[in-house]
Amino acid sequence: MKLYEYLAKSLLAEVGIPTPQGRLATTPEEAEAAAREIGPCAVKAQVLVGGRGKAGGIKLANTPEEARQRAAEILGMNLKGYIVEKVWVEQQLKIDRELYVSITVDGQARQPLVIASAHGGVNIEEVPEEYIVKKNIDITTGLLPFHGREIARRLGLSGDLAKQFADILAKMYTAFRKYDAELVEINPLAVVGDRLIAADSRLNVEDDALFRHPELPRVEEGTELERKVRATGLAFVQLDGDIAVMANGAGMAMGTLDVLSLYGGRPANFLDAGGGASVEPMAQAIRFLLETKPKAILINIFGGITRCDDVARAIVTVKETEGIPVPLVVRLVGTNDEEGRRILAEAGIHAYTDMGEAAKAVVAAAYGEGR
Amino acid sequence: MAVIIDKDTRVVVQGITGNQGSFHTAQMLAYGTQVVAGVNFDKAGQQVHGVPVVATVHEAVERYGANASIVFVPARFAKDAALEAIDAGVEVLVLIPEHIPTQDAMEIHAAARKAGVRVIGPNTFGIISPGKCKMGIMPNHIYTPGPVGVVARSGTLSYEIAYTLTRAGFGQSTVIGMGGDRVIGVNFIEALELFEQDPETKVIVMVGEIGGIQEELAAEYIKAHVTKPVVAFLAGRSAPPGKRMGHAGAIIEGNRGTYQSKVQALEAAGVAVASLPWEVADLVRQKLG
Repeated sequence: MKLYEYLAKSLLAEVGIPTPQGRLATTPEEAEAAAREIGPCAVKAQVLVGGRGKAGGIKLANTPEEARQRAAEILGMNLKGYIVEKVWVEQQLKIDRELYVSITVDGQARQPLVIASAHGGVNIEEVPEEYIVKKNIDITTGLLPFHGREIARRLGLSGDLAKQFADILAKMYTAFRKYDAELVEINPLAVVGDRLIAADSRLNVEDDALFRHPELPRVEEGTELERKVRATGLAFVQLDGDIAVMANGAGMAMGTLDVLSLYGGRPANFLDAGGGASVEPMAQAIRFLLETKPKAILINIFGGITRCDDVARAIVTVKETEGIPVPLVVRLVGTNDEEGRRILAEAGIHAYTDMGEAAKAVVAAAYGEGR
Repeated sequence: MAVIIDKDTRVVVQGITGNQGSFHTAQMLAYGTQVVAGVNFDKAGQQVHGVPVVATVHEAVERYGANASIVFVPARFAKDAALEAIDAGVEVLVLIPEHIPTQDAMEIHAAARKAGVRVIGPNTFGIISPGKCKMGIMPNHIYTPGPVGVVARSGTLSYEIAYTLTRAGFGQSTVIGMGGDRVIGVNFIEALELFEQDPETKVIVMVGEIGGIQEELAAEYIKAHVTKPVVAFLAGRSAPPGKRMGHAGAIIEGNRGTYQSKVQALEAAGVAVASLPWEVADLVRQKLG
């Protein structure tokens, strides 16, 4: 889960990382009052979309009156589908140099990873490898002062700036652990005179650890339908095609989309009905598919813990209650598949055993045989 | 021969009294796995499907000689359970739960590495050496013993592929589910190393997917160290960038983790990449030829 800029910065400030002065404002008047305290400032839309600046969501103001005007322009603005309800009024800095530092999860090493560079201020993926310093951290002993000193040295920092860097890095690690982060990033870490300041920063909290953080406000991403489906515990992604797809298991769902695409189908969604779902949740999943108003539906099940008879009952339930107004193609193999096929046959639905045949059939049903 | 688990593996089930734990204990017993004990501190002294329930993993090791553990407890308690098993001295640890916090997973793997414990998962369907031992939640009937070593990131897709192999007459030496999370135990490289050394395994099948760089690193490893033929299928060819396709690790970020980069890397290492799941059996036939 990404956090709003103001929240990420406030949490990093709380662990003692120097950040620019800032105030949250929900009205132009509040922005004006904030600017009176802070001085020359940037007024920044608080939305979770990239490219805010280019879209007009970040504006500079040199006086409190100007801050009020800029806030009035930004508040209520529609930025890539999100209405701006809050702005962050932040002190302008006179930056001499820009560094980069982040802590993330290294899946390969199975350890936290510090990435740092003396070439900050740009996307780190665009910085040449030779300007990047990387260091894995043993999670059982944590980030130690020597890590900070050594990384500072490799960045070419010395004296007091090196000490400040080591101190900031230690505090970033504290935040990384405290908030179960998957990313703590300061970019740029600005040299302002003789001080280091986290001019811009990000803190992404891992979704699977949110149960440990009731204190953090939930930020939902995705379309309205995606949020609704995910709230029921299913993995769901909307795509731009017109054949709705349900499969069990993430890999199988992905594989089904691939096979469908290879045969000329355009998938409307990714939906992993999960392992071992019972009748009612699965029926609900099919109802969600119908909401996307597809040309046809493909259900592809390889029953392991998922029982094919339960899948069949879910399909029949939806057919008998609200009806399925578009062609439906089912492929069913695995646990209890004979019983599942029998239940479907009674309701007049044929079930395929071969995934490829099912994919071809749904493409024909959606777009017509003579395509 | 098989890798990691075989007929002598003595399994303890952590969370044996829960729905999943109990159901899959019955399935594993039906498959012939030696499930020697289950753990639930509050229900010690009871039995589940004839398997004695004990209070701790140490007790299962001391009294019943358990040397491998499979964990079914809810994700938020998984770290405690896993560290308990490692402390008790099991050699193999299978972590079934999905949604274990990544930082917990990193702590588990750090402890496992120090203790020399082999970890499968988390978020895995487990591991099976057909005809010998099953530690996992995969269906019992789709596997048969044979020369194909399978290692997969995804569960159901690997069932599909194992099933097509079995129907085409190609049995499996061991099928390993690596798990769909970012931080996992046995990965492609370790599995390739094990299969390369296993005399029973004649051909290796990798079931990968988009996201991360595991397949690319595996390709480098194959080039340098693997003499046996390798066949691969990769899911996510049609996935759009920036969308997480169910698995935590299955996301194309920037220009990393794309289908094309993985196929190119694997093909450059001499791996035959199937474009459809059921083509895997044909490619295995060619390689065994």
